[in-house]
Parts: sequence; structure tokens; C-alpha cells
Amino acid sequence: MNIHEYQAKELLKKFNIPTPRGVVIESSSKAKDAALSLGGDIWVVKAQIHAGGRGLGGGVKVVKTPKEVVEASEKMLGMTLVTHQTGPKGKVVEKVYIEEGVDIAREFYLAVVLDRAKEMPVIIASTEGGMEIENVAAATPEKIIKVAVDPSIGFQGFHGRALAFGLKLSKEEMAPFIKFASKLYTLYMEKDAELIEINPLVKTGSGEFIALDAKMGFDDSAIFRQKDIENMRDLSEEDPAELEASEYGLSYVKLDGYVGCMVNGAGLAMGTMDTINYVGGEPANFLDVGGGANPQSVAKGFEIILKDPNVKSIFVNIFGGIVRCDRIANGILEATKMVKVDIPVVVRLDGTNSKEAAEILRDANISNIITASDLEDGARKAVKAAKGELK
Amino acid sequence: MSILVNKDTKVIVQGFTGKEGTFHSSQCIEYGTKIVGGVTPGKGGQTHLNLPVFDSVIDAVKSTNATVSMIFVPPAFVADAVMEAAEAGIELCVIITEGAPVKDMQVAKAYAIKKGMKTIGPNCPGIITAQECKIGIMPGVIFKKGPVGLISKSGTLTYEGANQIVNEGLGITTAVGIGGDPIIGLSYKELLPMFEADHETKAIVMIGEIGGDLEIEAAKFIKEKITKPVIAFIAGQSAPKGKRMGHAGAIVSGNSGTAAEKMKALEEVGVHVVISPADIGKKVLSVLKDRV
Repeated sequence: MNIHEYQAKELLKKFNIPTPRGVVIESSSKAKDAALSLGGDIWVVKAQIHAGGRGLGGGVKVVKTPKEVVEASEKMLGMTLVTHQTGPKGKVVEKVYIEEGVDIAREFYLAVVLDRAKEMPVIIASTEGGMEIENVAAATPEKIIKVAVDPSIGFQGFHGRALAFGLKLSKEEMAPFIKFASKLYTLYMEKDAELIEINPLVKTGSGEFIALDAKMGFDDSAIFRQKDIENMRDLSEEDPAELEASEYGLSYVKLDGYVGCMVNGAGLAMGTMDTINYVGGEPANFLDVGGGANPQSVAKGFEIILKDPNVKSIFVNIFGGIVRCDRIANGILEATKMVKVDIPVVVRLDGTNSKEAAEILRDANISNIITASDLEDGARKAVKAAKGELK
Repeated sequence: MSILVNKDTKVIVQGFTGKEGTFHSSQCIEYGTKIVGGVTPGKGGQTHLNLPVFDSVIDAVKSTNATVSMIFVPPAFVADAVMEAAEAGIELCVIITEGAPVKDMQVAKAYAIKKGMKTIGPNCPGIITAQECKIGIMPGVIFKKGPVGLISKSGTLTYEGANQIVNEGLGITTAVGIGGDPIIGLSYKELLPMFEADHETKAIVMIGEIGGDLEIEAAKFIKEKITKPVIAFIAGQSAPKGKRMGHAGAIVSGNSGTAAEKMKALEEVGVHVVISPADIGKKVLSVLKDRV
């Protein structure tokens, strides 16, 4: 689960990590008061969406008068911001964050993320702040310092020194930088974060280290014990179809193709997409109906897939294990009574009692249900059906 | 022969009396697994599925000499259960539960390693030695004895792969579902040498997916240490970047963890990589025929 920059900064403040002062607004009528309450003679207006690259898309503006703060807010609120992370459709800006200007002496990059190979958090730091870290890693890997922290001992002095010496910090910079990194690690662990990225982390003219931007993601599996994080969830940032699917225990991701997929199990669901591609088609979605695949979940799956106007056929690919195929076949028939499906549905049921299942589907004699003998046969038939090449 | 578990393996179940624990334990018993008891704190002394229930893993181990534990406890209690098993001297812990917090698994796995306990999972279908011992939730009937060892990140793709292999007239020695979470127990690197050492295993099937770099690590290992033929499929070739595909660990971050890079790394070390999962069985058959 991801949160907005302004929420991430609230969290940083709770952990005594310095951030610029700022005010979040949803209406430009509040912009002037916000600017005046912050004071100073320079402000930054930042669009709040869950995606990076906002600056290039016009979602970050540095201004010098309260009037310009209002103008920038007016322009941003309601605009559709397209960045390299939002996809071509972009995201509508519903909130902007107005921040005081900061006197920047130096910019760094600092992040905490899970190192899956080491199976512990790793702190990543660089002197190349404000840049895309992937680009820094590709062009100048020596400028990236990585220090893994074993959770059983936590952040120790030597971790801090490894970062500080690695970045070749000056004597004055060391203590405040290490303190910042240590607090960030604490936040990462206490809040079950998946990723925290401070880019840039800036050293101000007076030598203070302060988080100019903040990006945070959290472990979905741990949200049950992080109520304050759960309360920060912004449903408008999520895809409505994916959200609806998750409410019914289905895992759905929309893609750009035309063959709808309904599969049990995440791996087989990905494998089904790959097979559709392999036989020359394009999958319209990833959909895992879970182990149960009962009439209700299948019906909901049909409903969600059919909301996508690009879908021309549906491939139901179920490997019946503990749940027998004959029961799943009956479930599919029941589901077609609950939801009107008027495009071809190719059904491949394999595993326990698959023969009985095929008989049930054949006897039902529903014109748009086509049975398939195996995974590839099903994928081929679904692609052909979508192209109108299969009766 | 087989790896890790066989018909003599004694198994206890943590979370024995819950709905999932009860259903799958009885399925395992039906398959022939030697389940010797279970643990549900507060229900010690009771009998469930005609087997003794204990308050703690240590009590269960003392009375039954179990060496393997299968875990069905809810996500929030998984780490506790795993560490309790490690503390009690369990040798292999099979964690079925889906949705355990990543932070908990870091701590639990580190402790398991410290205590010398192997773990499989979490978020996995378990392990099965065909027609001998099933410790998990896979449909037992599709696993017939044969010469192929199987290692897979995905549950249903394990069934799909095993079914194709059996349909080609071959079969399975042991199949291990290693799980789709960011932090998992035994992985390709640990399991490949076990299959290499197992005399009955003539070929090894690896089913991977996008996210992380376990398959890349496996490729390096195969190059150095594995002489038996390896057949691989990587799921998620058509998955978009930055989107989590069902499994918590199945995500392409930036340009890393893609199916393409994994397939390339495996192909470079001589692994027989199939593009379509529908070709796993056929490929295994042709590779084994070529070897004869």
C-alpha cells in the first residue's frame, strides 16, 4: 500500500525526522491562507498523486508570491498529471501540498528497502540526490552505497559509519546524516514499510538534514497491525475494478489485450496470460479467482472482466485439485445464470474429475461455451473466438 | 528415493484444529502421510482426527518424535509458530499460511537457520513425495511416482506441471512448492543439490515467476553444480512492470525481476526453458529421451 507525500511527511514528523513545513489543500480557495501561514518568500506547490516524476509532468512548481501559489494550485487541482509512472492515462490531482522553500546546500538520496537476497532491510544512499536512482545505478554504480541491517541487532554505529564514509561526508555532515538514517530505519521497521525513499534528502545552508521529498510503501500483509497507515489509504488512487475484485477475494489486474482470463492460482494465471501471448493473442487481464472457484466468485469474475469493453472472449482456465472439476463446471453454469455473458467463453477444466466436468458442460448445451482439452488448446480457442474465427 | 520427506516421515500440524488445518490434515492422512498429532495451544490433551492434540510443539515432539511440522496458523501468528517449531527441534517446517508480514518472516527465518531448521514457504502448497507423503494442500491424486523432481513458486502451476509430466507417462519423485512471498525458506539453490543427489530423480523442473532474483541465482548454481537436465518455465512474461501479480513477491521493480532476464540467464547455462507452460510435460519427455 502506498501513501501520498504529505502523509509520508506527517509520518516522518512523528519520528522526529525533519521535513519542510507544509499545508495540504483540496481547494485553491485555501491556497492563499496556506501560503501566508507558512510565511517566507518562496513556496513549492506539489501535486499529490501516487507516482514519481511529477516535476517533469508539471506537478511541482516553485513560486515567489502568495498570488502565484494560488495560480499554481488552481492549475494543478483537477488536472490530469501524466508521468512515466502513471501510465498514459495519468492521474487526476485532487490534493496539492504547499511547502515552504528550503535553502539547499547539497542533495543526497536515501532509501530503506527489503533486500530479498539478504532477507533483511538495506539502506541505500548516494550523493546524487534528486536523480532517478536507477539511472545513477546504471551510469555510476560506485556512487551508490548499500548497507544491510540485520533486524536482530538493529541500526548500529558501524552501519552509520559505513554510510558516512561511503558517501565521503565531511566531519560536520556525519553526525546529522547518521542520525537521520537511523531514525528512518526505525520508522521502516516500526511501521512495516516495504520501501521508504527520500529523494532528495537535502543539507540546508545551516547544515541541517531535511527530507525534501518522501515516498513510502507498506507491506499489505502487515496493514492489520498498522491502523494509522490503513487510515491513510486513498481509494481514489486505486483502480476501481481492482478494488471491487479485492472486496470479493479476487486478485485482478487490467491489461490492454482482448482475451479475458479467469484462472485459479496466481502462477497459473500468469502462465495463462503467457500462453495466450505465445499463441498470438493478447490477454485482457490477470484474474486469480482463488482456490475455491465457487459460483459467486466465478460470477463476480465474469462481471469484472465484462466491464472491460476490449474483451472479445473469455478463457476460464481452472486446474481442479481439492475442489473437483465437476463442481466447478456446475459453478460456471450457475454463474452464467447470475451474469449475462454474451461473448464466447472457452472453458478448460483439468485435474480431479475433469471428464465428468466436460460432460456437464456439453450436456448443458450453452451455445457460447466452448470446451478445451488442455491449456494450449484453450488459449488457441480463446484467441480464435475473440477474432471471430471460431464458431 | 525422494528428497526431504518419505513414507516414514512423522509430521505434526500447528493450527491442527482450525478449519483449514482439519480439512487438509485429513486429506494428508488419506494420502498416507504419517501425521502423528497436532498443536493448538489451550486444547492440549484433546483428540482430533483420532490423533493427540498438544499445547506446545515441544510437548508434541517429546511424545511423538515428529521431525516435520506443517503450519496452518493465521498470518499474524506464523512467525511465532515457526520459531516455536525451531526451538522444539523440528527439522523441517512447512508453512502453508498466506499473508504473513514480511518483517516477521525475516526474523523467523533467521531464527530457523540459527537453530538448524529448514523451512518451506510461507504462502506455498507444501511438499509431496509421490504416493508416499503429502505435507500440504496439493491434490494428491495427480502426483504419480516417476523420475522428475519439481520445484515451483506457484501452487496451481505445480499441479499443471506435474499433471503434464504424468500425462506423458512419466512421474514425480518429490515436488516442492517454495512459495511466492518475498522471503521464503528453501529455494532452488538449496533444493537443486538435493535432487542432484537423489538417484531416482533423472530430471529437474523449475517453475519460477517474475520478481526477485532467485532464478538468476539458481542459474549460476546450475552452471557450477548440477549435471542433471533442468527444464524451466518462468511465469509472468506478459506481466506489466510495477504491478503485483497475485503473489506478494511477484512484481517487476524497475527493470529487474523480469521473466526475460531470468529466462536468458537460465538458457545461458543450458537449462531447457519453455516459453509456454503448456510445453512443460512435452519438454521433459523429449529431454529425457535424448539422454537415453
